[in-house]
Amino acid sequence: MNVFSEAILKSLELIFLLDNELFDILLLSFKVSFIALFVSCLIGFPIGAFLAISKFKFKNIFVAILNALMGLPPVVVGLVVYLYLSRSGPLGFLGILYTPTAMIIAQSILIIPIVASLSCQILEDLDNQYRDLFLSFSITKRTSILGYIVDARFSLFTVILAGFGRAVSEVGAVIIVGGNIDHLTRVMTTAIALETSKGELSLAMALGIILLIISLSVNFFVMWIKANGKTKGYV
Amino acid sequence: MIYFLKIIIIICYYNYSANANDQIIIQSTTSTKNSGLYNYILPMIKKELGFNVRVVAVGTGAAIKNVRNCDGDVLLVHSKKREKKIVTDGFAYKRHDLMYNDFVLIGPSIDPAGVNKLKSIVDSFKIISRKKILFVSRGDESGTHNKEQAIWRQSGINPKEYSGKWYLETGSGMGGTINIAIGKGGYTLTDRATWIKFGNKQDFKIHIQNDKLLINQYGIMLINKLKCPRVKETLGSLFVNWMISKKGQKAINSYKINGKQLFFANAK
Repeated sequence: MNVFSEAILKSLELIFLLDNELFDILLLSFKVSFIALFVSCLIGFPIGAFLAISKFKFKNIFVAILNALMGLPPVVVGLVVYLYLSRSGPLGFLGILYTPTAMIIAQSILIIPIVASLSCQILEDLDNQYRDLFLSFSITKRTSILGYIVDARFSLFTVILAGFGRAVSEVGAVIIVGGNIDHLTRVMTTAIALETSKGELSLAMALGIILLIISLSVNFFVMWIKANGKTKGYV
Repeated sequence: MIYFLKIIIIICYYNYSANANDQIIIQSTTSTKNSGLYNYILPMIKKELGFNVRVVAVGTGAAIKNVRNCDGDVLLVHSKKREKKIVTDGFAYKRHDLMYNDFVLIGPSIDPAGVNKLKSIVDSFKIISRKKILFVSRGDESGTHNKEQAIWRQSGINPKEYSGKWYLETGSGMGGTINIAIGKGGYTLTDRATWIKFGNKQDFKIHIQNDKLLINQYGIMLINKLKCPRVKETLGSLFVNWMISKKGQKAINSYKINGKQLFFANAK
């Protein structure tokens, strides 16, 4: 029995029959990942931009810490978020453990360092090029940051994609804080883990193939935006 | 700073409704979930009692730990000693027997240890250890792991001494452990329900079954409001009482896969 060929057939079957349950799981996967990504951009870009243009004594240490945090182990983040959100924990009164919100929080913690650190790198390079020019026009820091962001928007797309990749493929944190509850907190990765543990290897593999196809389409879409933007001469 | 606080407050309120008062959370062992019992029973409960039951299936050891953090309204596991402990510690109200099935010893069909002729699980553990044939253990303080340890104690062997040699502790759930046992061609102890429903059996089969020692008793209990003030006591007790009522017990008995009954209700 060949798991791979069976998995490919099964994934096609799932896609073309528009399996309802699969659709729910996919939708939640993307909902959680996109919201986490959005939140991380709202928090990560300002941090990155601030670090890029400011000069202070221990800046390098901050940047090094941020870079190290890019490699945060998801299970550790999951555990910490669990301990905080647990009914006996300090934020237990919110009652959001085992909900998508908890998963969004955990994923945001994982992605913020990626967004902040990579965008810091990109903006810092631009700042090195244009700082003196902008200074000579007495342009404020805030305006120059906006200028850098507009200029670097395509590179920043890549940053967003890196964050998205981390969010959508992550399993360790969301399985702890989400609990992999059917129709509530089950996402693609935790569903794959569950099917593997049930010995349904070809179904697990089929879900993996679908996840891969969809991440690929997201990436193609972003590439298309980039290519389109560039040929229209906005850069 | 205010900017960040705003963001945090917004995400905290997002989906707040998902934790509404029309649902309870059970901290559960994995076998009841992987065998499909919940998918069979929970729709009935939704229909009769009118609320949703959410299942966190993590294995007995982890479920009990989560209950000690008050994360759950009902506990459904299979390790009598530790269930009694959590009741005496005040985290749960009275423990009820719910149902039972049994554990089985599975291994490769060629039977490298030659336990197939035996009747007793203790004897077969002795032979496996004497011949140093691979044995894969859950190693995660789950109900199944507790049972396995009890059998090792009876056979007078301390397999921990051989951990990493012929005795492998996976620290994973039942399914993950069976996958490893199959991959490495070793024996493992599993509950019958998980094994019947398991999809990746390959050439493995049951070698030892129907030993009195292998009875697998499940218990159910409501989390105690005195220790955990946010427990949804009313809904939780409705759920527990339904499960041990005649109706619930009948529902458990009527769950079958390929004509085989997986759980035998025995609430008093």
